[in-house]
Amino acid sequence: MKEIYLDHSATTRVYPEVAEQMMKIMTEQYGNPSSMHGKGLEAEKCVTRASETLASLMKVEPKELIYTSGGTESDNLAIIGMAEANKRKGNHLITTEIEHPAVTNTMKYLETKGYSVTYLPVDSYGRVRAEDFEKAVREDTILASVMFVNNEIGAVEPVEELAKILHTKRPWAVFHTDAVQAFGKYRILPKRMGIDAMSVSAHKIGGPKGAGLLYVKDGVKIQPISYGGGQQKGMRSGTHNVPGIAGLALAASITCKNMEEKNEALYARKAAFIQALGSIEGVYVNGAPGKESAPHIVSASFAGIDRVEVLLHALEGEGIYVSAGSACASNHPEISRTLLAIGLAPEFLQSTLRFSMGYETTEEELMETVEALKRLLPMLRRFQKR
Amino acid sequence: MEFQAFLIKYAEIGIKGKNRGVFEDALLHQMRVHLKHIDGDFRIVKEQGRIYLQTAHYDFEEVVRAMQHVFGITKICPVVQVEDNGFENLAKAVADYVEAVYGPNAEPVPGMELPRSGRGPITFKVETRRPVKTYPMNSMEISAALGEAILDRADYMKVDVHSPMVQINVEIRQGFINIYSAEIPGAGGMPLGTNGKAMLLLSGGIDSPVAGYMISRRGVKLDATYFHAPPYTSERAKEKVVTLAKKVAEYSGPIELHVVNFTDIQLAIYEKCPHDELTIIMRRYMMRIAERIATETGSIGLITGESIGQVASQTMASMAVTNAPCTLPVYRPLIGFDKEDIVTLSKKIGTFETSIEPFEDCCTIFVAKHPVTKPNLHIIEASEKKLLPEIDEMVEKAIREAETIWCGFSSGNHEEE
Repeated sequence: MKEIYLDHSATTRVYPEVAEQMMKIMTEQYGNPSSMHGKGLEAEKCVTRASETLASLMKVEPKELIYTSGGTESDNLAIIGMAEANKRKGNHLITTEIEHPAVTNTMKYLETKGYSVTYLPVDSYGRVRAEDFEKAVREDTILASVMFVNNEIGAVEPVEELAKILHTKRPWAVFHTDAVQAFGKYRILPKRMGIDAMSVSAHKIGGPKGAGLLYVKDGVKIQPISYGGGQQKGMRSGTHNVPGIAGLALAASITCKNMEEKNEALYARKAAFIQALGSIEGVYVNGAPGKESAPHIVSASFAGIDRVEVLLHALEGEGIYVSAGSACASNHPEISRTLLAIGLAPEFLQSTLRFSMGYETTEEELMETVEALKRLLPMLRRFQKR
Repeated sequence: MEFQAFLIKYAEIGIKGKNRGVFEDALLHQMRVHLKHIDGDFRIVKEQGRIYLQTAHYDFEEVVRAMQHVFGITKICPVVQVEDNGFENLAKAVADYVEAVYGPNAEPVPGMELPRSGRGPITFKVETRRPVKTYPMNSMEISAALGEAILDRADYMKVDVHSPMVQINVEIRQGFINIYSAEIPGAGGMPLGTNGKAMLLLSGGIDSPVAGYMISRRGVKLDATYFHAPPYTSERAKEKVVTLAKKVAEYSGPIELHVVNFTDIQLAIYEKCPHDELTIIMRRYMMRIAERIATETGSIGLITGESIGQVASQTMASMAVTNAPCTLPVYRPLIGFDKEDIVTLSKKIGTFETSIEPFEDCCTIFVAKHPVTKPNLHIIEASEKKLLPEIDEMVEKAIREAETIWCGFSSGNHEEE
């Protein structure tokens, strides 16, 4: 059966070039960058090259990059590390109601450690209002963390504007963004946008799982959350994941190449997909229209479907892979906080799917998905719990 | 404490008259099957109605665990073996043994609950057997002398020949002597393969794996049938059932799991029959299909995890109706169990953790709010007529297209038997 993979926000297929390069590093340049001999130097060079590539894509300094195991670790390190390092200045943190659990649950943890956290609401498109943000900034605010692109509905947050508000009102406070869904879809230049720290994950952009990075602006105070051999200036001890780091860098450069053109094309396919979805009765697309939301995420609610997993598995039966809400949360069927926060009608909370595209997703695949939905929905709607 | 052998005790096999040899051979075979999966040097010695497992280079807990998976074994006794170098030596060895197992500095032996010194005296008696009669003292004399040796060494021990807390057994054999006292409980039951094969109706729940275990414990081999209903149930729900089957197979030996696609039948029932009868009719079709597969694959009984009154479909009246289409006997080993008992057993055999993983089961997708609890067979049969004639072909198709998954013993890298 042909496979139509529309779950790129969960993870992506690794680019063959990336896999090839990683294989080479694992079997040939397998040294430990911390070793003093030539084999170590060879591996260190792989890391240096990767840092140069990534730094130039983001227009930052290589020394401002900390390699981690992925988005979750980056978010933890950023939030806990910066909150702890700056707690002399205050203990108030700001975030939103629609963050990834890696941010939300880290904030919840810090609440148990005596920090106070404001969770900002969002509008019906999932966007934080600048006024709300401004009002939330307090005398003792030390950190704000607002995601760049929401993973469930593709909302794009006004990160640049919020960072500016924060820095104007509290120059010592730091601004972190989880850019896991945005990196490779937006040209994010942290320095120009006032971003002090940013999380990126490799496996969302054609790189390997288990690799990611945290950008931390030079001079920003942060302390480690794990201890060991003192690698990466003590900020993240542990032997460098050399193949992962190299894979991340190569995947990033492939993804960011001609990004604007690729995005144009992706937006066109997304528009066609949304239009075709709209032609099915009882299908409602969530999130902001057009270019106001991310090019690769489409969230749709299905009237008359009380358990969306059934629709998901029915699509799977046709070789089409999608997510219910967000993949990270969907193994334990709790209600999506993002969908709640945008005020989705209660009957749709359990009836929403996320379709997430990659640059290689074709319009035919999207249209086949629409056709499959047209076939499946009437049958599934007929057999509901009564 | 280092043990050089285990005495393997079995109860019921001993009373089976002429079949005894068959049962013992089945037991030995199963012991070998389980020992094959663990590291160590093992030799099974069968003599005079006793089975000894001689061991070297082994992990104590691993061996005990393996033996606890063999049905038919009631007790596993770790044995200390010493060379026969005269009575003085033996007396010292027995006193050492007592000190090591019951003394104030004794290391606990995993799996055994032993009386410990420090809470009043431990009462004991010594029981000597002499399969080799050449020893210079008789059994009574040896027991008495060894008792004294123990008392000389261990002030926390006290003789009580009538109801001792521990019995120190000494077996004088050719060239060596066995010393043992403590027993680790085995799984009990009958050796596998001494009682035919049955078909288990396996779901992802807590009960059915336990039911399979119970029947298998009586020496019965198992196959299983699982009903799935894609897209209403997921691949992961199926994987969960495969995992459960494998866990039961650690005791029962390999299980052939027949995965039957039940979606069409379920939807037909849903569409054509009264909703309060859904579950009953569904279960009747499950029984019919399982019985067909059972007959075709050599099983001579069906097993379900039902217990009276647990849910609407398990009232006496409901079970009478679901039982009606079957001609094979249906075994319901949990019939008189409370849920708590079933959970306890499920934890003991290691299926509980898997059973409680949250995946939708095909029995739970289309449940009526108020299902019938006292169904009437005639009414149910009348409702089933509405499914004709298509239903027969659906049943045929479900059986024809059932997928068979071999669920065998798997521990670590070993995958066999």
